[in-house]
Amino acid sequence: MSVKLPIYMDNHATTPVDPRVLEVMLPYFTEKFGNAASRNHSFGWAGEEAVETARQQIASLIGATPKEIIFTSGATESDNLMIKGIAEMFREKGNHIITQAIEHKAVLDTCKRLEKEGFEVTYLPVQRDGRVNLDELKAAIRPTTILITIMYANNEIGVINPIAEIGKIAKEHGIFFASDGVQAVGKIPVDVQKDNIDLLAISGHKIYGPKGVGALYVRRRNPRVQLSAIIDGGGHERGMRSGTLNVTGIVGLGKAAELCQQEMQQEALRLGALRDRLKKGLEAKLDEVYINGSLEHRLPNNLNMSFAYVEGESLLMGINDIAVSSGSACTSATLEPSYVLKALGVGEDLAHTSIRFGLGRFNTQEEVDYVIDKMVQVVTKLRELSPLYEMAKEGIDISKMKWQTA
Amino acid sequence: MAYSEKVVEHYNNPRNVGSLPKEDPNVGTGLVGAPECGDVMKLQMKINPDTQIIEEAKFKTFGCGSAIASSSLATEWVKGKTVQEALSIKNTDIVRELSLPPVKIHCSVLAEDAIKAAIGDWKKKHGIEAPVAEKAAH
Repeated sequence: MSVKLPIYMDNHATTPVDPRVLEVMLPYFTEKFGNAASRNHSFGWAGEEAVETARQQIASLIGATPKEIIFTSGATESDNLMIKGIAEMFREKGNHIITQAIEHKAVLDTCKRLEKEGFEVTYLPVQRDGRVNLDELKAAIRPTTILITIMYANNEIGVINPIAEIGKIAKEHGIFFASDGVQAVGKIPVDVQKDNIDLLAISGHKIYGPKGVGALYVRRRNPRVQLSAIIDGGGHERGMRSGTLNVTGIVGLGKAAELCQQEMQQEALRLGALRDRLKKGLEAKLDEVYINGSLEHRLPNNLNMSFAYVEGESLLMGINDIAVSSGSACTSATLEPSYVLKALGVGEDLAHTSIRFGLGRFNTQEEVDYVIDKMVQVVTKLRELSPLYEMAKEGIDISKMKWQTA
Repeated sequence: MAYSEKVVEHYNNPRNVGSLPKEDPNVGTGLVGAPECGDVMKLQMKINPDTQIIEEAKFKTFGCGSAIASSSLATEWVKGKTVQEALSIKNTDIVRELSLPPVKIHCSVLAEDAIKAAIGDWKKKHGIEAPVAEKAAH
């Protein structure tokens, strides 16, 4: 059976809108275009009703109540709001925030900005498996700590943190716990009650919903979390996020969340099996490939692998009918390899050779088999071309060589 | 990032891939770059000691498509040239030929370094005083 090219396998970056999601969105562009804040006519009521349905759908997916869901423009805004909102509201109480080294830039750069404004931030290192060490977390807590913000699952390596344990530690110390849930929500069971999460950032386009819409869970009971708004205006979303609601996008996000809830269990099994097939297929035909991060605590749809002695960008060039991404420096403007892999202790040489496969709802087994064959073919060709592979085969320890570096 | 046609062409059909015997007195080997920087080039040349003509050139490169293309092109260019002529190849010539964008200029610098290093190695083997290679900034 032939596969349709190109193949999209970069579902941590974004996902296509599920046709079932698009279908429910369409009327809200044209007939049902009302402003959800228009309280005095049926156009507005239709918008409001649609938004409340979506709130219910999202709340249900994460074990929250609808009133605890705030709509935003996306997860970057949600991350900004949950961190800056707490920081500003509780700055009298303390000025210390704990996060970790491999957060998304939306969290790291937000924390860096707060540092400039007088906050102190601890960036916890991660273990070799990519997870936070709970003892190090406990040791980092100070009397002035007001917020712990640690992602549910990492976007590069798919590694899932011990979130329930972190939530428990935060609760015991009376510290708010915020989590970037972008990669986890809709993919694996997330329950804000069980996990003691106070704030959770959610994205639409990572769960087969549209781009430009996201949500933030803000706990209302035990404890009630108050946030300072970062956008001023009409006082929408209980004053936490002003701005006319993106009703169409919100409808899509809600439907996407509903589908995830209904299909997650099956989908996780299917994608986990495809991922394992991909991993085994590559390992069977190639030597010196390495998984980055814990395999046990990992999203079912993620595989992050280093192909020793083959530079990532040249690999991407060879597999140009497959969309994946690389931790290689050459794919970034900075010429620095992935900070995530670096934080795991993956050597820079291996970081340059890493590929992230992100499987999704619409990938098939035929596509996986095609990817295996193509990867093997290109890696083999590039290793023929690689002086490092030749040296390794001659028994030379590359790590002990003296290299002429700039 | 979009690659120029010539880069793609060299990447798909790299010229002169392989290795020459390192111990051969007429073979000069240049190994430049570093794995942690994401680029390593090995360029080897077989040079006739009487005519100083580069009779054969081989390369192997760990690096992005532009690095592979730069070294592939370098082997093409040095073949048949005299040592003196090969030393006059500038990284900017490679940039121009392959239409490399600014972020890929370091690939061409590395290729120039590799030519100089290979010739330097050959000269050393023949007891010829190698002029201190001007090390371009990466």
